[in-house]
Amino acid sequence: MLAIILILAILVGRQVTNRKGSAMAQWDEQFSKLKQIIEMMKDHNLVEIQIKQGEEELCVKKAQPVQQITAVPMFGAGLPGALPGAAAPAAGQGQEAVSQEDKPAEIKSPLVGTFYAQPSPDSEPFVELGSRVEPDTVVCIIEAMKVMNEIKAEMSGVIVDVVAANGSAVEYGQVLFKVRPD
Amino acid sequence: MFSRVLIANRGEIALRVIRACHELGIEAVAVYSEADKGAAYLDMADEAVCIGPAVPAQSYLNIPRIMSAAEITNADAIHPGYGFLAENENFAQICRECGITFIGPPPEAMRLLGDKVEARKLAKEAGVSLVPGSDGVVEDIEQGLKIAAGIGYPVMIKAVAGGGGRGMRVAHNEMSFRSGFTSAQAEATAAFGDGSVYLEKLIVEPRHVEVQVMADGTGNVLHFYERDCSIQRRHQKMIEESPCPVISEKVRQELCESAIRIIKHANYVNAATVEFLLDKDRHFYFIEVNTRIQVEHPVSEMVTGRDLIKMQLQVASGEKLGLTQKDIKHRGVAIECRVNAEDPANGFSPCPGTITRFIPPGGPGIRVDTHVYQGWTVSPNYDSMLCKLIAYRPTRDEAIATMRRALSEFVIEPIKTTIPASLSILSHNLFVKSKIDTEFVERNF
Repeated sequence: MLAIILILAILVGRQVTNRKGSAMAQWDEQFSKLKQIIEMMKDHNLVEIQIKQGEEELCVKKAQPVQQITAVPMFGAGLPGALPGAAAPAAGQGQEAVSQEDKPAEIKSPLVGTFYAQPSPDSEPFVELGSRVEPDTVVCIIEAMKVMNEIKAEMSGVIVDVVAANGSAVEYGQVLFKVRPD
Repeated sequence: MFSRVLIANRGEIALRVIRACHELGIEAVAVYSEADKGAAYLDMADEAVCIGPAVPAQSYLNIPRIMSAAEITNADAIHPGYGFLAENENFAQICRECGITFIGPPPEAMRLLGDKVEARKLAKEAGVSLVPGSDGVVEDIEQGLKIAAGIGYPVMIKAVAGGGGRGMRVAHNEMSFRSGFTSAQAEATAAFGDGSVYLEKLIVEPRHVEVQVMADGTGNVLHFYERDCSIQRRHQKMIEESPCPVISEKVRQELCESAIRIIKHANYVNAATVEFLLDKDRHFYFIEVNTRIQVEHPVSEMVTGRDLIKMQLQVASGEKLGLTQKDIKHRGVAIECRVNAEDPANGFSPCPGTITRFIPPGGPGIRVDTHVYQGWTVSPNYDSMLCKLIAYRPTRDEAIATMRRALSEFVIEPIKTTIPASLSILSHNLFVKSKIDTEFVERNF
């Protein structure tokens, strides 16, 4: 039996509505959408679905033998409290990295290319050991086909290890930095 | 010759290309998705780069990631394999613009032959028979009768706007043509709002016969004879063989020369397969061109003693093949069986899972092309083909016997595979006598 893990992170910036009635209605609607998605995944034997609509993004992943828990930004009206079967943390400021306890979170490369730790050869690196990062902090550049892509931390915390070597080739999913999340 | 080639594919064809590269002294770069991480064939490449998650759109179909991988590994050329980006003219164009050689046809030739309508025009110009038809809308019954007489019965009356088998009638003679024409028009009007119909010759009991071609870019176009791929299920080939057991030497020559004419006419370079339908009177009709190397290429390799993938690399790097058609001789019989992770007893539904016991066959007359080994996990993300088993013997009866023997030796546990279905087909009296057509499997199994 494969368990289905729902990972939701809550974006603050939207006010949690005080009108419980409308919040519940929205919640019901979204939960039933989720159920539909899960059923669809089961029917078609899918492993992962990512749905993006404007600023909203939903990622549903089926548990795999080697589990990876990754943070996914935003989901609808901010609702605190536990969802049945969810492994989400409580609402907090910004995005949260859901990490296994006592193990640092990893910033992985979303691209294939060349890793650069600093914006230009003679400038200071974007981040170093001990640097504080927020979700929008640029941590490095990955150059792919002559295009310089700024890579953001997508999490809040402190850099505890710079893993990738400056100027080295990196592949998709390669660990670039280790972060001690907030 | 290239120093490094990146293979934009996975599984058995990736391994096939790695092997050809190594024999030519070329370094091979493999790319892989997270689903293929740890695959043993990746260790056979000189370098392997992860290009994305399992879903093909973000990995094997992701052009930016593949191009980046080529850039960081300093690949001079990319082999697209089959499927995925192999017939993507945009990809071929991008390779050209990035100064990386695409191992295949130039984008223009790919575009031209990839378009069915354009390809048919080209075939006609090259003097190759197409499935005879009315070349346009048939206005009335009298005109239709004239055209049908010219084509020869039976004919199919088809709705121009049609689909799903609607607005179609088969006519075997004048009388059935008259009634069929009217009712086809009526059905088409009702179903699609457009009663226009055209005519096409109905090929009865067609066989699928294709010709392997290689053009070296200096005007030298060679063929490597034909393959009969009539054993299909839902348009998926199951068993392929060479030579086609039912055509005369004369028909074979005409068939192969027609294929060459089409390829020459399109200014095509590198490997291609020209597909035809063969009717029961052994007339052949052009269908389409596949502008890539195909799954069943080993069949042609065995009967001609040539390595088509090495040739692809040589042609792409600008080397002349140094061969004439006279040098390419056909010898013996080769039969290929595809072994898929599908359950024939359950509508051929896919069977992903981990293979805990894998003992492939061997011995004389057997070639095994596979990326799979004991412990391999079949992922649901990609096609279900595990292995290509090829039997090569001096005669067809011997090849069939060797294939049956090999299939019976093959152990793949615990997942279900198509081995039992292949064994049934190979033992069927009609297959042995080669009294088959493209609907044989669906009628009998």
